Amino acid sequence: MLESSTITKTGTRIDIRNVSKHYAGSTAVEDIDLTIEPGEFLTLLGPSGSGKTTTLNLIAGFTDLSAGHIEIDGERVDNIPSHRRGLGVVFQHYALFPHMSVEDNIAFPLKQRKVAKAEQKRRVAEVLETVGLGGYENRQPAELSGGQQQRVAFARAMVFEPRALLMDEPLGALDKNLREKLQLEIKRIHQDVGRTFVFVTHDQEEALVLSDRIAIFNNGRIEQVGASHELYERPRTLFVATFMGESTVLRGEPEWHGTEWTLGFHGAALRGTAEPFSGPAALVLRPEDIHLSSREDDIPAGHQYCPVTITQSIYLGSGRKFELALADGSTGIVRGPLARGAGLEAGDRAFASWRPERGSLLPDTGSRSTT
Amino acid sequence: MTALLESSVGPAAPAGPTPGTAAGRRGRGWTVFLLLLPAALLVVAMFSYPLLVAAWRSFAYPELGTQNYAWFFDGATNIGVLLRTVWVAFLTTVICLAFAYPYAYLMVISGRRLKTLLLVLVMVPFWTSLMIRTFAWIILLQDNGLVNEGLGLFGIGPLPLMRNTTGVLIGMVQVLLPFMVLPLYNAMAGVDMRLMQAATSLGARPSTAFLKVFVPLAMPGVLSGSLLVFIQALGFYITPALLGSPTEMLVSQYIYAQVNGQLQWGRGSVLGVVLLVTVLVLLAAAAALGRAGRRRQGATAKREAA
Repeated sequence: MLESSTITKTGTRIDIRNVSKHYAGSTAVEDIDLTIEPGEFLTLLGPSGSGKTTTLNLIAGFTDLSAGHIEIDGERVDNIPSHRRGLGVVFQHYALFPHMSVEDNIAFPLKQRKVAKAEQKRRVAEVLETVGLGGYENRQPAELSGGQQQRVAFARAMVFEPRALLMDEPLGALDKNLREKLQLEIKRIHQDVGRTFVFVTHDQEEALVLSDRIAIFNNGRIEQVGASHELYERPRTLFVATFMGESTVLRGEPEWHGTEWTLGFHGAALRGTAEPFSGPAALVLRPEDIHLSSREDDIPAGHQYCPVTITQSIYLGSGRKFELALADGSTGIVRGPLARGAGLEAGDRAFASWRPERGSLLPDTGSRSTT
Repeated sequence: MTALLESSVGPAAPAGPTPGTAAGRRGRGWTVFLLLLPAALLVVAMFSYPLLVAAWRSFAYPELGTQNYAWFFDGATNIGVLLRTVWVAFLTTVICLAFAYPYAYLMVISGRRLKTLLLVLVMVPFWTSLMIRTFAWIILLQDNGLVNEGLGLFGIGPLPLMRNTTGVLIGMVQVLLPFMVLPLYNAMAGVDMRLMQAATSLGARPSTAFLKVFVPLAMPGVLSGSLLVFIQALGFYITPALLGSPTEMLVSQYIYAQVNGQLQWGRGSVLGVVLLVTVLVLLAAAAALGRAGRRRQGATAKREAA
C-alpha cells in the first residue's frame, strides 16, 4: 500500500445529505449535511450522545438511515450493505478476532477479497511494519497490550486499501502518553497514504492535533464545520465557543442598529458588529485576548472593558493564568505572558479589557459549559 | 467432566500467579480443605463407594472371577445393546444441537422481554416431573394418540411413534434440550457481537462473518452442551423404558432387567462398568481431538510463518 504507484492524493469523497436517524421515540441525528473532501482528515467532535458515532455508523453502513442519503464518490450507498462499501473501520474496543492470530486477523479482509496467499503474507508483513509491529504475525491478540491491539486493528482496517478509514474513538481506551504517541502516528500515516480519514472523538485536544477540519456535534446536529482556527476564532454558536477551548462569557440583551450592537453589562457599555439576531446574547472572549489593568488609566487605547475581581492568580512558568469573577457572578479566565497583569493578586479589583473585534457576539442558547 | 472439557476446548485462561506469602498460602490451604470437606464426603459416600462396590461385584458375583465379563463379551446381544445405546445417545445429541443452536442464537440476539420468555420456556420442563412428561408423551404418541389423529386428518399414518427408537428419541430430546440450550446460550452470550460488525466492515458477507467469527467463538458451548446431553442420554432409564421397546433395549433397561428380573447383580455391575468405561474413553477421545485440533492450528501458523 505504501508503494508510490498506489499512493493517491485524491482519496474518496463522502457526501452526507440531510441525513436523519430516528429510533423509536428518539432522534439520534437530525438533518446532518456534511461533505468530507477527498484525502482530508475530518473529525466528528462532540460530547457523548451528540450523534457523532451514529453518523460514523451511518457512513459505515452499520445503521440504516431514516431520511436523507449518503454518497461515496458520487455513488448513493443507501442500499449497499457495509461489507460492500469498501470502508475500513477502527473501533474503540479494537474488535480483533480473539480466535485468530495477528496475521489471520489482518489477512481477514484480504481473504474476503480472494487475494493470493503469497500476496496476503507480503501485505500483512508490510502493514505490520507501517504500524511498528513488524514480526508480530504469530501473536495472539490476548498477548498484546491495548496499544498494540489497536495498532493491529488499524493495520487490519488499512491493509485492503479501503476507500476511506473510519475511526470511532480509537484511542479512547488508552492512557494519555500512548494516546499522544498514537495521535502523531495516525497523523503521519494519514499524510503517507493520502486517504480520507473520518475520526470520532469527544476530546477537543485530540481533534486539534489530528484534523484538517472538525465538525462539532451537539444534540444530534452539526453546530459548525471548519478548520480548528476558524472554530476557535470565529465560533458560530455559543456551544462551539465553549466546547472548543476556554472562554469568558458576558451575557446580556443587546440593542441592534443594523449590524452594530451595544450591550450594557453591569455598567460597562460594550459595542461591536455582528450578524443581527433576536433574543439574549453572549459575548465570548478567549483567555489570551483579555488584558488586565489595575487602574482605568492603564487600559490600552481602543479597548473596551469591564470591572472584574481577581479570584486566582496562577504562575505557570511560561505565563500566568487568572481566574476572574465578573460583575454578574460568572467566572472568567485570562492567560498571558508573565508581564500581563503582573502584581495582581487574588482579591484585587481590576479592569478586563479587549479589542472589540476579538469578541464574538453569539445567541445565548443557555449553554453554560465551562472548559 | 467440566474440568476435562475446559482443558480441552476452553479458551486459554491465563494462569495467574498465586498472590500471597507462603504462610498465607498454607493458611488458605487449610481453609480450602475445610470448605471442600462436606462436598468431598458427600461424593465419597454417595458416588465413589457405590461405584467401587459395583466394580467389585462385577468380579465377585456370584463367585470371584471374570465370568461376568466373559458373559458380556460373548453375547452379540450385549454388544448390540451397548452400540445401540451409544448410537441413540449420539442421535439425541445431534438432534438437540440442531434445535438448540438456532434457539440459543435467537435468545442472544433478542431483546430482554423475548429473551426472558425464551428462557422460561426452556426452564418449564425442569419444573415438571420427568415421569409426568414421559406419560404425556405416551398419550400424544400412541397409535390413537393426539399426534396420529392429527396426522390422520391429512390421510397420514398412523405412524409408529412409540415403542421404538423414534419414541425414545422424541422423549429424550425433549428432556435433554435444556442441557444443550443453556451452555450454548452461555457461550453465545459471551461472544462480542460487535466482532460481526467488524467482520462485515472488512468485507465479509453476514453469512461469512457468522461462520468465521461467531461459530468458532461459540464452539465451547457446543462442546460442553453436547457432552452434557450425550453422557446423560447414555444412562437414561425412564424415557426408554416407557417410550422404547423391550426388543430395542438400552443399557440402563438391560441393567434393570439383569438385576431386578434375574437377580444377576454381577452382570448388572458389568454393564454399569462397561458403560462407565465407554464414557471415559469417549471423553478422552474428545479431549484428544480438541488438543489435536489446537496443535494443528498452531502448527499451521508456524509453518506459514517459516
